[in-house]
Amino acid sequence: MSESPGPSSGRIRSSIESVGAFAYERKDQLGAGVRYIGGMAYMLGDTFAWAYRGLFKSDIKFGWPSLVVQMVRVGVKSIGIVCIVQVFIGVILALQLAPTLQTYGQLERVADVVGIAVVRELGPLLTAIVLSGFAGASIAAEVGAMVESEEVKALRAHALNPIRFLVVPRFLATTVMIIVLTVIADYIGVFGGFLTSVYILDVPPQLYITLTQAALKTGDFITGLVKAGVFGAVIALIACYEGFHVTGGPAGVGNATTSTVVKSIVALIGIDALFTAVFYTLGI
Amino acid sequence: MSEQDVAISIRNLEKSFTKADGTEIRVLQGVTFDILRGETMIIMGGSGCGKSTLLNCLIGEYTVTGGEVLYKTKKMETPRDLARMSEAELNDLRMSFGILFQSGALFNSMTVADNVALPLIEHSYVDPSIIDIVVTLKLQQVKMLAHRDKMPSQLSGGQKKRAGLARATALDPETLFYDEPSAGLDPVTSAAIDELMMDLSKKLHVTTIVVTHEMDSAFRIADRMVMLEKGKVLRIGKREDFEAIRDADPHELTSADDRLIHQFLNGESSGPLTDAEGMTEFEKLIRAES
Repeated sequence: MSESPGPSSGRIRSSIESVGAFAYERKDQLGAGVRYIGGMAYMLGDTFAWAYRGLFKSDIKFGWPSLVVQMVRVGVKSIGIVCIVQVFIGVILALQLAPTLQTYGQLERVADVVGIAVVRELGPLLTAIVLSGFAGASIAAEVGAMVESEEVKALRAHALNPIRFLVVPRFLATTVMIIVLTVIADYIGVFGGFLTSVYILDVPPQLYITLTQAALKTGDFITGLVKAGVFGAVIALIACYEGFHVTGGPAGVGNATTSTVVKSIVALIGIDALFTAVFYTLGI
Repeated sequence: MSEQDVAISIRNLEKSFTKADGTEIRVLQGVTFDILRGETMIIMGGSGCGKSTLLNCLIGEYTVTGGEVLYKTKKMETPRDLARMSEAELNDLRMSFGILFQSGALFNSMTVADNVALPLIEHSYVDPSIIDIVVTLKLQQVKMLAHRDKMPSQLSGGQKKRAGLARATALDPETLFYDEPSAGLDPVTSAAIDELMMDLSKKLHVTTIVVTHEMDSAFRIADRMVMLEKGKVLRIGKREDFEAIRDADPHELTSADDRLIHQFLNGESSGPLTDAEGMTEFEKLIRAES
């Protein structure tokens, strides 16, 4: 004899129905999200394939001049703004932490906290956020304008793959240069904290340097730089993807740049949270 | 018409687009005609008739919904359907044709000479000095040698099209496509581009396909013409056939199609193409969408 369904099975059924109804109502957005992620994954695969062929096979020529141009544009031109942001971050961190640490009589520990916060977290993240506005928006606008002016179509018409010509140099340049910029950002951020601690908080300079060196381990640098590389790849991919999907003339190009910055920042913070959780679990 | 004369054979070509709300728009419906080797074929029709979509299907930019686009080139002696080609085969085919886009579509980050050189650098392994000679020849052909070191932003509309044409002919194509070559040009520059197109067609012995709604230009350069209306072939024939309809007294035209073609070719505001307010089907569609 079968048992009649109780009140708990009714609740489970109604919960499942609610989830189903929720998903059904948002099927268009879900579909668009899946298409977006799928499109990005496809572009990433294609980018790796073309980069591999260009760098390690002799059947196609690798565009070194184009890569250098993009590295200068993405990296060299961003150095100034990254330095300004990071020096302020060092100053802010030191001043914000000082009162609390002073309460415990540990003011000189500003050096440890600034060092670890900048190298593990704020160096890569803020450099990536600056780059998403500085380089990401500009890549999206440039690629979008090329789509609108039929340049991308002209590339295909001449049997030249747009991923190879447009995405690969921008992807590699952003990924490599963000790592270089993060190294610079790490030093500048720590230097900002040093200046504040020495000249405002009266921490002896040698003590600050000794404590920073003692607090920072190689793993801190590596985790920061790994994150930076992934951030760079994500910014370049989102910017190129948005650029390739521009429609509607100049307004569409404007929308692509805005969308690139917004989506990049959300993605960067999400990925950062994921990295932090993984590193925490692994004890790195 | 013998089989070997056909360069491109279009068979029952269908192309549909799905709008955001899920409705389907059939832009091309059963388009069928042949393009002969060495001829200049004009594809014409009003706004929204599907001529640009047809061009995009012919160059492999759009995937067709149905039907076939069969190409026969020096390399591919047996006609091959574009839709069944692999990416590598499609690229091989693309190397056998050149395209002049409406805006010229020059790569803005490169000089005129670099634009022309790019297909040669990418698709050949010849010495840079030879590439330089070929670029010089191609630019001479379109009377743009004096502008070889200029950036596209420094060129006029006509000059951009000339430079685009030099790039399109860089690999000595068998087929040349032109998308609205006279659009945005003054009548004198437009006539000069037409002469250039005819000159290249003769010198290079290429098959020329021109999408346009500039009738003066079309009648100057055409061997044959095809008129599209609502995504279908309304009429295909020799230039002289269309000239006869254009010059005829509309009251003497008995066929509805002839009256429609007459109105289009003469650019008249009233006739079978327009309603009582003088609006075409396309304009009504745009108004309904907005």
